[in-house]
Amino acid sequence: MKIAFLGASKGMGRALARQLASRGAQLFLLGRDLEDLGRSAADLQLHGASGTVGFCTCDLLQPPTFGPALDQASAAMNGLDTVIVTAGIFATQEELEADPALTARLLTADFTNTVLFCEEARKRLLAAGGGTLCVFSSVAGERGRKPVILYGAAKAGLSRYLEGLDHKFRSQGLRTITVKPGFVKTGMTAGLKPPPFAGEPDAVARSVARAIERGSAEVYAPGIWRLIMLVIRNLPRGVMRRIGF
Amino acid sequence: MTSLPSKDITLPKPVPETELSGWGHYPVVRGEERLGEDLEAITQGVVLTRGLGRSYGDASLPSRSGEAVAGSALADRILSFDADTGIVRAEAGFPLWRLNRLFLPRNWFTPVTPGTHFVTLGGMVAADVHGKMHHIDGCFGEHVTALRLRVADGRIVECSDTQDQDLFRATIGGMGLTGHILEVELRMKRIPSPWIFQETERCDSFDHLIDALKEAGKTWPFTVTWADFLNHGSRMGRGLLMKGRWADPSEAPKDLPRFRHPPTLPPIFPSWLGQPFLVRIFNRLVFAAIRPSRGILHPESCFYPLDIVHNWNNLYGRRGFTQYQCLLPDTPDHAAQHRLLDTLRRLRAPVFLAVIKDCGREGRGLLSFPKPGISYALDLPIDERTQSIVDTLNDVVVAEGGRIYLAKDAFTRADHFRSMESRLEAFQAVRRKWDPHGLLRSAQSVRLLGDRP
Repeated sequence: MKIAFLGASKGMGRALARQLASRGAQLFLLGRDLEDLGRSAADLQLHGASGTVGFCTCDLLQPPTFGPALDQASAAMNGLDTVIVTAGIFATQEELEADPALTARLLTADFTNTVLFCEEARKRLLAAGGGTLCVFSSVAGERGRKPVILYGAAKAGLSRYLEGLDHKFRSQGLRTITVKPGFVKTGMTAGLKPPPFAGEPDAVARSVARAIERGSAEVYAPGIWRLIMLVIRNLPRGVMRRIGF
Repeated sequence: MTSLPSKDITLPKPVPETELSGWGHYPVVRGEERLGEDLEAITQGVVLTRGLGRSYGDASLPSRSGEAVAGSALADRILSFDADTGIVRAEAGFPLWRLNRLFLPRNWFTPVTPGTHFVTLGGMVAADVHGKMHHIDGCFGEHVTALRLRVADGRIVECSDTQDQDLFRATIGGMGLTGHILEVELRMKRIPSPWIFQETERCDSFDHLIDALKEAGKTWPFTVTWADFLNHGSRMGRGLLMKGRWADPSEAPKDLPRFRHPPTLPPIFPSWLGQPFLVRIFNRLVFAAIRPSRGILHPESCFYPLDIVHNWNNLYGRRGFTQYQCLLPDTPDHAAQHRLLDTLRRLRAPVFLAVIKDCGREGRGLLSFPKPGISYALDLPIDERTQSIVDTLNDVVVAEGGRIYLAKDAFTRADHFRSMESRLEAFQAVRRKWDPHGLLRSAQSVRLLGDRP
């Protein structure tokens, strides 16, 4: 596998990149902070990545950086067959309600710009005859829920977009994988009280790596969230109004 | 969109207070634990950094309720490895289990390991950990070649035995009180195969156990004993001696050891299971069940038998437990060892598990725990007698010229500690030099070193 990875230096991205490196994948890292990327590149190299782990700058808040970064990844690895996106912004509903500028930033990064990045990736993968596009959305996008209204709205839009991509392009060889993590203990959620069924990044990484191998269209991680969200999606609105979940 | 900042996709959030405690679930302090991948960012202005919280008592806890500490667990990248020299460099939160699993297949191993692999490199330096190999390889700090630290005034410094040696040596075994450890560099050890050859031997009396332990240390690189101290009769102190070495490639299995993800116990185990009489029956069954054996063993089963269950500390229930670990100098007649045994018998101390190990040379850290003698790690469930038991044991330790291990301690009194620790003044002098305003401190340093809360 020749993977361009946006967001490999932190959280679930770090765990997934390590998991893929230990399976011998070739990796090229995209992110904002070159020094930080260099440290992750060294870490992944020692975890078993093939070839040399390269990296270059790419900022989810700067769409003009997307295309050139993917081209650089492709040039460095002599091709590209997988693109993974784990980068994104998270903020609590209270923080977002109090700060419209933060809301704008989050909606832009997690929906608009992630879609724009995927469009650049999609074109390149299709031109190369297909491949895998694996993007981290969230269970927060499954239902309008009180604690994640704004974050969930961005992720809902992203999930629908990824679903559509998979429907349209799978026959042309492009497999789109939507990852829907539940609560996972990372730096992003540090300071929030973990609910029951909170996941560990390493366990999420193992199930996502398996999904990439198999080409599954949708991954809930930890797996129990598939059941939880099945229930939540089918709760009547009158119940959703009363519960705090 | 020009207002979008280009720095930091993960936004810093205020961290709510949570209940923080060490491995023994006692004491509990309300405080904030700031977790994050960027250790330089999260250590700014906080009083202490903790790792995976495996010290037993209050060493990793904030100095007072409501105080913030940094948590290094997410700063866990390995940064470099030189296969010629064996020198590894990693962020302070890099855990030992990851180091082992990365390097065992390449025939390298950590030079020194404690009895759990759920510790960070930073924590291993701060406690200057020791293990089954202490009689040969010394403490972990002996194999550390350099440290990157954030010191109290906010500066980031690199120190080693040739650069700011005073800071380096005070940081090894310094319980995080000299600076926030950001990166650790150490020299790994080459091993002939990733498998262990181990022999287990039963010892029917305490004298036999101590003699066999010391004798085994002359030829075996890894030795440890588990003793039964709950039986207060004539068989008190009988136990099992484990002797190990790395297996030779000719006798080792051809395939690599498989690594499993340990199961997790429910948050708090029913406390009735922790009754002394049940544990006494359990100990008896273990002693009866384990036969003398010899053979090839998985390295994690050799070094981390208790890590088979992820959070075995929950066995002790809500009240928690303490591990009292002390070292007593030894003489050919083991007189000091018998005085400790007699004290435990007289106190009828509910020691659920006793791990006894002989120690070699003193570490180079200013407050490193081991020195030549016999070390006892005694697991005691916490009850109303715990403080007086620890006080009485500390009287013995002071009288015998021994000392206690800060990474385990939760109950020792400041005056006892001062009487045991002739090196304390030198340590405090280094702290005063690098931290004149006394910013860096912990619940333990308030209790034992007289720091302000």
